[in-house]
Amino acid sequence: MNITFYLAATIAVLATVMVITRANGVHALLYLVVSLLAIALVFYSLGAPFAAALEVIVYAGAIMVLFVFVVMMLNLGEIAAVREAQWMAPRIWIGPSILSLILTAQLAYMLVSNEIGNTGRAVVDARAVGLALYGPYLLCVELASMLLLAALVGAYRLAETGRSGVIKGGH
Amino acid sequence: MLSSIRTLWYTFLHLFHRSETVQYPEEMPYLAPRYRGRIILSRDPDGEERCVSCYLCAVACPVDCISLQKTEEDGRWYPEWFRINFSRCIFCGFCEEACPTYAIQLTPDFEMSEYERHNLIYEKEDLLISGTGKYPDYSFYRVAGLAIPGKDKGDAERERPPVDRHGLLP
Amino acid sequence: MNPIVFGLLNIVGILLALVIGAALLTWIERRLLGFWQDRRGPNRVGPFGSLQVVADMIKILFKQDWIPPFADPVVFVLAPAVVMVTTLMAFAVVPVTASIGIAGDMNIGVLFFLAMTSLSAYSVVLAGWASNNKYSLLGGMRAAAQMVSYEVFMGLALLGVVMLSGSFSLAAIVRAQSGLWFVVPQFLGFVVFVIAGIAETHRLPFDLPEGENELGAGFHTEYSSMKFGMFFVGEYIGIVLISAMIAVLFFGGWQGPLLPPIVWFALKTGVFVGFFILLRAALPRPRYDQLMAYGWKLMLPLSLLNVALTGAVMLTHW
Repeated sequence: MNITFYLAATIAVLATVMVITRANGVHALLYLVVSLLAIALVFYSLGAPFAAALEVIVYAGAIMVLFVFVVMMLNLGEIAAVREAQWMAPRIWIGPSILSLILTAQLAYMLVSNEIGNTGRAVVDARAVGLALYGPYLLCVELASMLLLAALVGAYRLAETGRSGVIKGGH
Repeated sequence: MLSSIRTLWYTFLHLFHRSETVQYPEEMPYLAPRYRGRIILSRDPDGEERCVSCYLCAVACPVDCISLQKTEEDGRWYPEWFRINFSRCIFCGFCEEACPTYAIQLTPDFEMSEYERHNLIYEKEDLLISGTGKYPDYSFYRVAGLAIPGKDKGDAERERPPVDRHGLLP
Repeated sequence: MNPIVFGLLNIVGILLALVIGAALLTWIERRLLGFWQDRRGPNRVGPFGSLQVVADMIKILFKQDWIPPFADPVVFVLAPAVVMVTTLMAFAVVPVTASIGIAGDMNIGVLFFLAMTSLSAYSVVLAGWASNNKYSLLGGMRAAAQMVSYEVFMGLALLGVVMLSGSFSLAAIVRAQSGLWFVVPQFLGFVVFVIAGIAETHRLPFDLPEGENELGAGFHTEYSSMKFGMFFVGEYIGIVLISAMIAVLFFGGWQGPLLPPIVWFALKTGVFVGFFILLRAALPRPRYDQLMAYGWKLMLPLSLLNVALTGAVMLTHW
């Protein structure tokens, strides 16, 4: 179990590094998918199979497909890739990477010094997730669903076409 | 939705229908006598060539696949050579319709595939058959007024003797 | 028997059966289509034409394996592999019988199946994008929208079954159907699942990503040789997968009288594979906006209604 976890975690980190260094949008998204799959495996190895499955279905399977869809629609091509490559100059990435290095160091220190790494390894199945969501976290679920409903209505309004087929919203 | 389900059911019932397929090489399909297939040149009942090299078939051909050269012998016209390029031919049958002597005819035969394209160019000896084809009794020179050895003017079927232009009677 | 050896035998056996079965399906489909169109179908190579598969394989392997110079080479090669891998992976959770099956008892079996089918959308989308060709891109975009939206109804249609059996494990779902097949209490769910399954495998009549007459084979226009073959075989494995899932979720899986369980499973799966082929023989392709409107305006309310009704009945009766 440990080997799976560390392997998946390493892949996730490497894939994420690849995501931010790719100049081609679709390649970056593909690495992001790999990263998400690796994180799903991490969840699974930590005893959360339900979260792992949802990670794959929702993030890797649906949201990322939509991302790819949008990038395909934009059809950025060679010019965008060249421009992206120019943006990858050291003076751009050196600042954020120092900050994230500090964060990584903190995380590593905490992992080594503390017993946070001990996750208990109790399997959290779908029933447990459901009970938690509709028990102690009911209010959060309802708030999130209200937010999503608002987003849905907003999206419908923006994309609504009149009788003439002209998009009404988004002036 | 209901119509889709009905369509599915009717299509399913076709499982028990008889197959319409003709298992071709073993089982030959029926071809009508007037099927437009391989082109031949026929002979008249006396065994002479019917073609009189009038070039009408070559003119009628929409894809220009027919070419021939006229020659003459004892008053009869013959094609010196006659060539049909079957890689161009579209088997429309216009040549048969244009032919005034029933010489060029289309036959119910389509199995003429070749591995090399130039083998599809048929010469006169490939085209000429020994029979009369679809019109067994017709002979152009027997009904035409043209004089040939053995048949003078006025000797043809249903032909009156030629008018004597020097006589006084009408 | 040693459990590890048994597990390996299971994996190898299921893989072999699937790949050979999918290859044979090319022949079965053509024969059945022939019968349904009053033809005979391929009947020359081998007994009843069954060796047509071998002839096709030889042909497809010896074709030029061509990567267009304008394509994105890595993604282009990756795309056909994705469809094979994801559909084969999904079979890991299908319980063939009580003992045969790789991980039939996995506690998130249904979710794993959904995850794998949703990942298989990538193959089509990426193939369309990597081909760098207008028609392929259009096919890929259609595939993305179609598969993402029909995944939603597929998942919702399964919820009723999960609620009735109280488990995500496919083996447990089959065991819960020992009295009554779920197709009776979950008829709406069954209908929605079948239709969503057709759309997921982008089979006719929902083969808009390919759309021969308007997109010229769509997402696999640029593919040749075995890369095309992988799309082809992947599609057939997808059909077998959806058929097996219908049998497992709604028709009691391996359970049945007299015959051994594996025969029942194969029989039920085979019937639905035949149904898929019948669909292809009988129905024309809808327009793209019709497909999407049909999905969101009819299938979504139906599947939500199914979930609500199932929940209401369960709350009042248990």
